[in-house]
Amino acid sequence: MLEYEKNSLTEEIENLVKQYGSDRPALLQILQSVQRKHKYVSDFAQQEIARLLNIHPVEVYSVISFYSFICSVPKGRNIVRLCRTISCDMAGKENVESAVKRELGINFGETTSDKRITLEYTNCLGMCDQGPAMLVNDQVYTHLNPETAVNILNGIK
Amino acid sequence: METKLKNKKRSGPVLFSEYQRGEGIKKALQLGRENILFELKTSGLKGRGGAGFPTSTKWMLTAAANADKKFIVCNADEGEPGTFKDRVLLLEYPELVFDGMVIAGFTIGAETGIVYLRGEYEYMLKSLEDYLSQMREDNLLGKNILGKENFNFDISIRLGSGAYVCGEETALIESLEGFRGEPRNRPPYPVDTGYLGFPTVVNNVETLASVSHIIFKGGEWFKIYGTNKSTGSKLFSVSGDCEKPGVYELPWGTKIKELLEIVGAKNTKAVQVGGASGICIPKSQFDRILGYEDAATGGSIMIFNESRDMLKVLKNFMEFFIDESCGQCTPCRIGNVKLMEGIENIERGDFTFSYINNLKELCRTMQVASKCGLGQSSPNSFISILENFNKEILHTSGKGKENVKA
Ligand SMILES: Cc1cc2nc3c(=O)[nH]c(=O)nc-3n(C[C@H](O)[C@H](O)[C@H](O)COP(=O)(O)O)c2cc1C
Ligand code: SF4
Ligand code: FES
Repeated sequence: MLEYEKNSLTEEIENLVKQYGSDRPALLQILQSVQRKHKYVSDFAQQEIARLLNIHPVEVYSVISFYSFICSVPKGRNIVRLCRTISCDMAGKENVESAVKRELGINFGETTSDKRITLEYTNCLGMCDQGPAMLVNDQVYTHLNPETAVNILNGIK
Repeated sequence: METKLKNKKRSGPVLFSEYQRGEGIKKALQLGRENILFELKTSGLKGRGGAGFPTSTKWMLTAAANADKKFIVCNADEGEPGTFKDRVLLLEYPELVFDGMVIAGFTIGAETGIVYLRGEYEYMLKSLEDYLSQMREDNLLGKNILGKENFNFDISIRLGSGAYVCGEETALIESLEGFRGEPRNRPPYPVDTGYLGFPTVVNNVETLASVSHIIFKGGEWFKIYGTNKSTGSKLFSVSGDCEKPGVYELPWGTKIKELLEIVGAKNTKAVQVGGASGICIPKSQFDRILGYEDAATGGSIMIFNESRDMLKVLKNFMEFFIDESCGQCTPCRIGNVKLMEGIENIERGDFTFSYINNLKELCRTMQVASKCGLGQSSPNSFISILENFNKEILHTSGKGKENVKA
């Protein structure tokens, strides 16, 4: 990581600490904010968060590793999460799944080489009456079919 | 995409009946704490999040606790497969949920309410925040609410990050405190040692929404609906093989076959009541009623027609539990994996009946020895699907199953 990137990340985390406080409950909120912006929480970010909250970096990592929406390795700019739970499965998730894989040329758990999209599975999104459903970052899309799903993915930058 | 709060056009006996923002709060301030608790007790309201603990008792314990601070937490983690009624309440009836929190705050003496919103529902965050701002403008939140001196209460929203187990109330509190969402041993219960160690009421979204109606219209009115043991009505999240999936408000005591009729389900073979943690009910038992005394549920109803392969359904549930187990205790961490191996062996037709019995024994161990509700209830679907569909699953050769679609 370049020096100026480090400085700006430090500044960003300092601002988050100002916003959420430096007590322990702030940790998850700070991690969520960093994740939202950078799509992962780097080693350096973990160290800075630990330093500013006055806890051990291992504590920070331990929390990151628990939550499936927070990660410590870089992902794509957009994270696509397809619901794999039974109601969506019965509504045609498998067809959407294969169409998306074909179109992007990657498997679930992988990131496109241009870093545009990471494909993941997720559990029930609370949209079971409108399945198949998926999240693209924090937006939810429902009633998918292979064509609409692919069109949505082709529309994101 | 569903991001904006919607105009409601639903109707139902209790939750979807008429209600204007603030009505319940006004009534609560007139009634006073004692009478609120009395109305709640009269109503017989039990928790809608799954466990079914009487709400009045929970509130009374917290109200009676002596502490500098108290908290009211709205559990909006809605992660049970097949459940989406809290989504509808939050998007279409936020006034019911937030008024319920204010009423709770007034009753137990809390100044802070926290909504724990599952990360998957982040798309609602902005509109819910806007709604809270409107409530502040109308003095339904903030200082001296509706002119009641020294009644100060405000609500903030915190997000989860994709962990089903965080819906368990002690895990939720761990998560709010900035830790891994691992369930604690209970007791102590949140009513005495909750958020940051202070007495805390954790209630489901629908429980709080019911409170607003009960306080405004009375405990006796609520009791008109439902059965003796399960008073009032319930929101059911219906998905799977039916013409009209969606959220339905029905009185407790409704028969499963009545529900199937209402939602346009045909050729139904099985109904999973209560989500992946719930039980699978075969056609021969569709006379059973939905209620705490029979088929209890947080509201998830998943319908399977004759064409579905029940072993595949079970496998899907087991994948869910393996993925979501927090791994803290052995029965759940190892047990779910063993059950999955069992399912895969059955799939291949590679099993003996004594092996199946061992697996059922393992289920019983998990039910008693797991630390939290996840591991205690994950064997439910295994047991009920294997028992009710033994012919389909165990009495065939195991070959040719790949041709059945689920
Ligand atoms: C694994 C697990 C997940 C749970 N998820 C939820 C949930 O998403 N929403 C909820 O209200 N309760 C959930 N519960 C139940 C809560 O622990 C708690 O009983 C409930 O929030 C209490 O509110 P109530 O009395 O209003 O139902 C879950 C329990 C377990 C064991
Ligand atoms: S039962 Fe499962 S989810 Fe609950 S504490 Fe044990 S390992 Fe964690
Ligand atoms: S099963 Fe996919 S949203 Fe619930």
